[in-house]
Amino acid sequence: MSKARIILRESAGEASGEVERELSFLERVWENGFVRKAALLLFLAVLWEVYGRWTNNPLLFPTLSETITALIGHIRDGSLPQRAYASIKVLLLGYGVGVIMAGALTIAAINTRLGSDFLETMTAMLSPLPAIALLPLALLWFGLGNGSLVFILIHSVLWPVALNTHSGFRAVSHTLRMVGRNYGLKGFGYIRKILIPAAFPSILAGLKIGWAFAWRTLVAAELVFGVSSGQGGLGWFIFENRNLLEIPSVFAGLLTVILIGLVVENLVFRTIERRTVLRWGLQS
Amino acid sequence: MAGTAVAAGAPLLDVNGVTLRYKTPGALVTATERVSFTVNRSDRFVLLGPSGCGKSTLLKAVGGYLAPSEGAITINGRRVSEPGPDRMMVFQEFDQLLPWKTVLENVTFPLIDARGFSRKEAEEKARHYIEKVNLTRVLDALPHTLSGGMKQRVAIARGMAMEPDILLMDEPFAALDALTRRTCQDELLQLWEETRFTVMFVTHSIAEAIRIGNRILLLSPHPGRVKAEVVDVDTASATDGSAGRLEKDIHDLLFAQTGEEAHG
Repeated sequence: MSKARIILRESAGEASGEVERELSFLERVWENGFVRKAALLLFLAVLWEVYGRWTNNPLLFPTLSETITALIGHIRDGSLPQRAYASIKVLLLGYGVGVIMAGALTIAAINTRLGSDFLETMTAMLSPLPAIALLPLALLWFGLGNGSLVFILIHSVLWPVALNTHSGFRAVSHTLRMVGRNYGLKGFGYIRKILIPAAFPSILAGLKIGWAFAWRTLVAAELVFGVSSGQGGLGWFIFENRNLLEIPSVFAGLLTVILIGLVVENLVFRTIERRTVLRWGLQS
Repeated sequence: MAGTAVAAGAPLLDVNGVTLRYKTPGALVTATERVSFTVNRSDRFVLLGPSGCGKSTLLKAVGGYLAPSEGAITINGRRVSEPGPDRMMVFQEFDQLLPWKTVLENVTFPLIDARGFSRKEAEEKARHYIEKVNLTRVLDALPHTLSGGMKQRVAIARGMAMEPDILLMDEPFAALDALTRRTCQDELLQLWEETRFTVMFVTHSIAEAIRIGNRILLLSPHPGRVKAEVVDVDTASATDGSAGRLEKDIHDLLFAQTGEEAHG
């Protein structure tokens, strides 16, 4: 029997196959999600314009160009920005208070069993309850004013944010928890330095859901009663213009609601996402 | 390592008659029963045994995550009652690095937070130990971009940079491929040659135990009890076949009576 040997291969000269090929310009453009979505939007816009012109009934279905004219008009005379500002002001107040309350509730829930039971029971009971259904009661308790709006906004934000944060905390891996305790971290330091960043994907998801709920709830509530301290929000703007049969303005109001939602989702939340969970590889 | 008033020659870690029990839904499991051993300074102490012998549980008890229901664990004369940075852990799982911190930040974080170093001092120390595990080129990378072996090496650098009384390693190389495991073992030994730190190492691989340790504690399962202790493991050498013979002896000892399949 011969001994085991190692026989080296001569390197096989020039490599022949291509390893990498650049994509053509069109292929690269089409790879960009933004471009694809913009093309889709353009297509829908054309469809809208064509249908609007074909029905030729501005009272039921104004064309895109009429809507945009109305939109620009209302932005120029300052009415739309003012209404949007009024809405966003109330929204931020309700959202902020709701998020802070959710944080307090979740911290109580991870530290004590009773707190956890309380959170679970309350979210199970109250999260299926549409915030707008509380509006009649809120009006009774807090009157026709921002107080009622803030109350129902808190309701719409608190439960989804608390629920997501809590389940995020509970899903933090056992190893990471042990690492945190190994460093001697306890109490609030442990929550802030280990649990919150580790659970950030869930927390962010909760904040996004909370934002969407709050925005819808607010616009709906403003449709029911809009005027508070002499200045209504976007919902009231839509309602008012419908009563005046200014349908292009109604569409312009709806478009503004959509645009603000898109801006917050794509600029604010996407940026946070890119800088945190995507960068950390916690979400792909 | 941390200087203390304990008399020279006294063991660093004393595990005395420790019984560990934990609850599962429906049962109280005894993981180890009256286990005693001591670890001296600069020991490479290996806990070896088949699954179910409570070796990981024992290591976690030394880490302070689990209170013994009988017996006591003392380190440097202090009784272990909770986790702390004087006993740094290296886990088996790859997710032990904080994913939101870079390699450098992962190593500096406990130095700053638990040891009170200034940022500059911590970074200096961290760079030193990251260089020792040959990861300087990924200093600013985030953990999710690293391979499993690199993550484990960062965890080792993090543990060593803290200069703990004892480094506790819970099968840190078990989830690595064979080649990487070999490299990591060599690197660990190289580090030990340089700094002579004290390490307690859990493994279920006899070959790894012989490579890593100078003392091996053999545990038998259900519940975990001390079966034997192997000393002067350093003298076994792979070249003259003595390591192979020792491996076979240990294997026979661990599996002879139980007749279990060996996974060594």
